[in-house]
Amino acid sequence: MMPQHFAFIYDNRGKIAIIKICLIILLLLPGFGWTQEEAYKEAIPVAEDPEVEKRMLVLTEDLRCLVCQNESIADSRAEFSNDIRRIIREQIKANKTDAEIIDFLVDRYGDFVLYNPPMKTTTVLLWFGPLIMFLISLWVLIRYLKRRRIQIEEISLTEADEKKIAALLNEKVERLQEPQDTSEILMKQKKTVNGSPQKTPEVLTNENEGKKI
Amino acid sequence: MMRYLAPLFAFLVLAVFLFAGLSLNPRQVPSPLIDKPAPEFELYNLHEPDKLFSSKDNLGKVWLLNVWASWCVACRDEHPLLVQLAKSGIVPVYGLNYKDENVTARQWLRLYGDPYVTSLVDPDGTVGIDYGVYGVPETYIIDKQGIIRHKQIGPVTVDSLRNKIIPLIMELQEQT
Repeated sequence: MMPQHFAFIYDNRGKIAIIKICLIILLLLPGFGWTQEEAYKEAIPVAEDPEVEKRMLVLTEDLRCLVCQNESIADSRAEFSNDIRRIIREQIKANKTDAEIIDFLVDRYGDFVLYNPPMKTTTVLLWFGPLIMFLISLWVLIRYLKRRRIQIEEISLTEADEKKIAALLNEKVERLQEPQDTSEILMKQKKTVNGSPQKTPEVLTNENEGKKI
Repeated sequence: MMRYLAPLFAFLVLAVFLFAGLSLNPRQVPSPLIDKPAPEFELYNLHEPDKLFSSKDNLGKVWLLNVWASWCVACRDEHPLLVQLAKSGIVPVYGLNYKDENVTARQWLRLYGDPYVTSLVDPDGTVGIDYGVYGVPETYIIDKQGIIRHKQIGPVTVDSLRNKIIPLIMELQEQT
């Protein structure tokens, strides 16, 4: 029983493989598969003259399709772009230079067809605007940084100040070390408000203000 | 005071620029052909295919050149206005039948009316490219010296006729 069963499976696989091969051969036959026909249709314009196509492609990459404005003529499949490609091919075959072809198109469609706008009085802002903006922001940044440096200039402390700071810090450390309950904390705080250390911050701020601008 | 006013001022400048940018229409590409001589052409007539028409024949009069096609949907919108304009006799309207089939073009004119003195056949759009056509319909106003004075991009509307096209034609007709 078992070997027969295996043989059956084996046979079936073989059949499927043969069918697959037949299908592939059928697809490859001319006129049978769709791929062949499609590729043939696409290939017609390119096959004409590879040199002309190459120059045309380089030229159209920097030209704007006026119908689909965010695409170059090289990328676009719009009717308009097809026409422009045709015109450019014709002109290349008529031995026109690249500059002449670009001029031909600018004469008809204006500078808007160019992705690289020319330097003109009307495009000065376009060309130098970003640079001007950069310089202005650089100036603002430098001014800001300078002013900031003056603001944070170090305050030189007198010996008396240093002592006061040390005293304050010691007091704080002592307070932290003593185990206290809340009533004691409140008592201490009252003391500090009435006592001498309370004055020191005032002195410091006064000096600070003197240096502020 | 200045430190609070400066950002406000910067914002206002930016807002003005952005607002101006919003109100511009990127589809209205200004034509470089305005105030330049209209490109010359010789084309066959749609109705009498053996008759050649030269643009030079129109020197000395103000005329409209309307680019149209039977496949163009927007042309149907403006067409009744062109028929009316032609009937009024203010200005001769010439058609440039752009990349179209002669048979369907004639059918289209029978169906919607024919405002054109003649319709000139531009089957592969070569003359269209000379005129900087990139969409249909477009309409050119050409003066007595054969100079393009205005280009209407897109369909002619009541507004554009009343405010721009007809006043300009009147003005141009008075010039010698």
